[in-house]
Amino acid sequence: MAETHTDQRPLSPHLQIYRPMLTMMMSIVHRITGMALYFGIILLVWWLMAAAISAEYFALTQSVFGHWLGKIVLFGFTWALLHHMLGGLRHLLWDTGHGFKLNLVEWLARLNLALSIILTLALWIGVYWVRGTL
Amino acid sequence: MKTPLGTVFGLGSARTGTEHWWLQRVTAIANIPLVLFLIAFILWHLGADRATLMASVKHPLIAIALALSFLSILWHMRLGMQVVIEDYVHGRWRIVCLLVNAFFTIALGVAALYAILSLSFGA
Repeated sequence: MAETHTDQRPLSPHLQIYRPMLTMMMSIVHRITGMALYFGIILLVWWLMAAAISAEYFALTQSVFGHWLGKIVLFGFTWALLHHMLGGLRHLLWDTGHGFKLNLVEWLARLNLALSIILTLALWIGVYWVRGTL
Repeated sequence: MKTPLGTVFGLGSARTGTEHWWLQRVTAIANIPLVLFLIAFILWHLGADRATLMASVKHPLIAIALALSFLSILWHMRLGMQVVIEDYVHGRWRIVCLLVNAFFTIALGVAALYAILSLSFGA
């Protein structure tokens, strides 16, 4: 089907034509965090599978996640998850037909970004507080 | 699933668009409490040994909540990645990517369920 229409038709401008705006970046980041989480969940399944296999293998995965590199990945995972969840809440609000006023949309985008960072830090600081270590 | 208006006018592709959109929302709503549970579960077992984790998963409610979490999350993941593939992948690779998407999410789901059941019923 697509091959039969080869005549030059006007195209809509591509992404780089537009001035970057926060709402637009947030939309792109929602998709990127979604894809990161898509692959990130492999780590979670690996963790559970390791426990199902043996105590030694589970201890190994625990030490991998306890390593500073593992912690950096988990920190990023936490932020991506919270950012995507908060973004999802915005979408659910829009699905009800509310929250489309432009200044509100802008305000919600900022709130989403700020809350995702604050909640991620709060979670990690909270863990450090309770356990005395990360 | 078709919208009532779509049925009346006989419009739309008459396929799965509305159902896809709807299930993305249903799983999104289910994911909110389930993901919060999952975060708490992971935090609770930071640095834990296998016996501790196993003792937790032996509780039926924990095992059921874990299984529901993975089912809902992986279902949501498959729907989301399908949209991304349909947006960016064209030609013959589209069907390949859609198949890999299906296999990947289902395989992860079966692996997660196996691990949960094994920990829950195992010794």
